[in-house]
Amino acid sequence: MQPFDYLIPKDHAEASALLAAGGGSVRPFMGGTDFLIRARGGFIRPQSVVDLKVLPGMREIRQSPDGWLVIGAACTMNQVAAHPLVLAGYDLLAQACNSVASYQLRNRATIGGNCCNASPAADTAPALFCLDAVAETYGPAGARRIPIADFFVGPGRSALQLGEFLTAIHLPPAPTGACGAFNKLGRTKLGDISAVSVAVYAWEHDTETPRRDWRIALGAVGPTPLRAPEAEAALAADASPQGVQRAAELTAAAARPIDDIRASAAYRRAMVAVLARRGIEAVLAGIARAGLQAVPFGGVPAGSVSPTGVLREGRPEQMIGGAA
Amino acid sequence: MNHDIHLIVNGEAYLLSVPAHHTLLQVLREQLVLTGTKNGCEAGECGACAVLVKWPGADHAEPVNSCMVLAPEADGAEIVTIEGLAHDEQLDPLQEAFITTGATQCGFCTPGILVNARALLDRTPDPSETEIREALVGNLCRCTGYVRIIDAIEMAARAGREVAR
Repeated sequence: MQPFDYLIPKDHAEASALLAAGGGSVRPFMGGTDFLIRARGGFIRPQSVVDLKVLPGMREIRQSPDGWLVIGAACTMNQVAAHPLVLAGYDLLAQACNSVASYQLRNRATIGGNCCNASPAADTAPALFCLDAVAETYGPAGARRIPIADFFVGPGRSALQLGEFLTAIHLPPAPTGACGAFNKLGRTKLGDISAVSVAVYAWEHDTETPRRDWRIALGAVGPTPLRAPEAEAALAADASPQGVQRAAELTAAAARPIDDIRASAAYRRAMVAVLARRGIEAVLAGIARAGLQAVPFGGVPAGSVSPTGVLREGRPEQMIGGAA
Repeated sequence: MNHDIHLIVNGEAYLLSVPAHHTLLQVLREQLVLTGTKNGCEAGECGACAVLVKWPGADHAEPVNSCMVLAPEADGAEIVTIEGLAHDEQLDPLQEAFITTGATQCGFCTPGILVNARALLDRTPDPSETEIREALVGNLCRCTGYVRIIDAIEMAARAGREVAR
């Protein structure tokens, strides 16, 4: 590997200044799982790296006073997936984190790095899209917040400007009765990068009449992760078996896949429909299970790499989070 | 550029001057000549370089691919490599089980698998076969077909339960 230096910034401002002054030859560094592969391959030849995970808050998960969950950008996949607050309200994200690579790699790979690489196949992205996540960044102009869908700009391109870095992922308070399922398809059952991924998420709408809102987000089938709003609306209106089939087809129609080394566009589109249907059915089953057992909370067993959605009860006083 | 780092490896404290762009794997193999930890893919895929790292402030060690850690990052860390798995001439129950079941063939993947399996049994003393397979997703073995490796880990788990009883 070409020599480079390793810098420990003393605060956010210094980190930003170092990155800005380097003009691309000074690279942000967190878990290193993508950086080191690129540096070894000679695809990037940095002069130095700035270790951002030493900055305050970068490796912390906490609840903000207004009920949002704040996940530091340098939290590892294992840290996120095992955190009680994540398991309590955002099981969908835990499923996605647990699906990344291997256990020992998940001890290095960070949720922020997953977003900043801006791969269309980033496995946490579909979950974050479903959960209406907001990215918090710090740059020369100070801190700003970017809805996750605007953070992903194109393949390998994020909304980050020169000198700006991701500091945290904010998740709105988990709605009552929320249930999610993440399904991905790679060459192997576990551990591989996604050729297709689909996250499905539903929650009870806060009205007198029973109604559910749905989110469906896709990975690796477009220049960025993307939502399938028509399928979401169709499901809210009709979640019968026919409605589920219709939503799966609408989800496939929302995909914008390409042919590449991992799969053909046609195969990807066909598999989006399959994974969407499985995800919707898993969520419906999770909702039905939760309806049967009226456990206040914490009564549902945890699923690690669960192919089916595992429902966790939200706290009764929590309200539906305002989408950013 | 070199950085001075303190680290504890298999119970021994070291003060080392390490190049910033070297990995923990290079430090272990080239500076400390602990060549039990293997250099396989250098891409975080194969797990041959797995070691246990207890980061400063952490309450327990976790397995990581040492090819994915920059040397200066390891400042203040406590590390256990395959050389540190045995204690007082006594092999780890996993090592005994690997010998008994014949879970090793060429042996290149074995150190990483043993280290990673140790971490698995430390967090899940009674793993199911599925849990063992999931834990070994990042450890590639091209000889054994994994069956005896899984047998060995189950055997060591049983031995661990006997001891605990």
